[in-house]
Amino acid sequence: MDTSGSVRTSLRPWRGRVAAVASLLTTAILIAGAAPGAAPVAVDIKDFKFSPAALTVPVGTTVTWINHDEETHTVTSGASGFTSTGLSHDETFARTFDRPGTYAYFCALHPHMRATVLVK
Amino acid sequence: MDRIDRRGFLECMAWAGTGLVWTATGGVMSSRLLTAAEAAETPARFRFVQISDTHVGFTGQANKDAAATLEQAVARINALDPAPAFVLHTGDLSHGQKPGAFDTLSKILQGVRAQRVVYIPGEHDVFLDGGKEYLSRYGAGTVNGRGWQSFDHSGVHFVGLVNVLKYKGEGVGALGEEQIEWLEKDLAPLGASTPIVVFAHVPLWAVYPQWGWTTEDAERALGYLRRFGSVTVLNGHIHQVLQKVEGTVRFHTAMSTAFPQPAPGSAPAPGPMKIPETEARRMVGLRDVSVVASGQPLAVVDSTLG
Repeated sequence: MDTSGSVRTSLRPWRGRVAAVASLLTTAILIAGAAPGAAPVAVDIKDFKFSPAALTVPVGTTVTWINHDEETHTVTSGASGFTSTGLSHDETFARTFDRPGTYAYFCALHPHMRATVLVK
Repeated sequence: MDRIDRRGFLECMAWAGTGLVWTATGGVMSSRLLTAAEAAETPARFRFVQISDTHVGFTGQANKDAAATLEQAVARINALDPAPAFVLHTGDLSHGQKPGAFDTLSKILQGVRAQRVVYIPGEHDVFLDGGKEYLSRYGAGTVNGRGWQSFDHSGVHFVGLVNVLKYKGEGVGALGEEQIEWLEKDLAPLGASTPIVVFAHVPLWAVYPQWGWTTEDAERALGYLRRFGSVTVLNGHIHQVLQKVEGTVRFHTAMSTAFPQPAPGSAPAPGPMKIPETEARRMVGLRDVSVVASGQPLAVVDSTLG
């Protein structure tokens, strides 16, 4: 038990680094095609949660949601009038925020999944 | 009876039509023989099948082809003797309203040997368009084409409720005022001895509200049902068999034909379990319900595909 515990512990930072590097690469690739001054941002959908749940971005930012779950999810904002279709595993949805404001959204299939994008 | 395994249970259940009655009360299985007098006064017996959460269009680790497992379930239904009077589908016909899913489902279920298949929707069938496509296909014969319905079969009153069209707020199912008012009127003329079967997608009891496994206004509907001597509530949504007894009301959630979900609170989130297909087959299946005798609980038998 101790051995497996230490293996798991030692793997964790390594996994973190892989994820960080992958994230940087993704960001770099996305930046290349974006308007200057508004770096694109990714929101992960995993284990029935939006992460980060509270996101703050400058005006002009394109936010891309990626569904890592096998369950279908949506990115739906009733008040702000945008919604994705059902996102299957690994599917994405992107939206560019051109105006400042607080954009609350949820998953239409699992409305307890709630998050916000604050555009400044 | 201290313990019985599933195989033994199913073998015994095969006798349900000829006099041995197995019932599930409070999660404890019990059996008794019908007396000759009871058998003589027993009204026409029949069986029906509940399938649920077929999720046609789903692809994941636990099931690469949800249409194939549905076909297996249909083969199981067609092997029943006597044949079921009808099949109830308690929702999530499609997985996320994938294009073509309803067509595939209809084609497969055309092969069912039963008088008809009765549908109520799950949230996966209506979330994209508020139920427009679902109701255009399955709304005929329902109350104002809204999806909810009731019918009688051999002295049993069946009520199909829709609790996925007000899927907002905290993420729980809801029936809504209009449907609850209809239910009150629908039940009003019935005598308290009429056996009632209610079917709906999301459980009508608080299985696990943290995961949205509850219907927020179910208690109001149940208020109109408590005067009846035998009420059986059949739900889907949570992809596993759970049972609960409250007085004369027996709640049963059903397996999916597609993929299992974790037990309430046993995982970080609900959703398809990521397990090998062979393992998943032992956690998906269908439900055979026999109406045995007036005033007696229905005999409910769940069987897996694997």
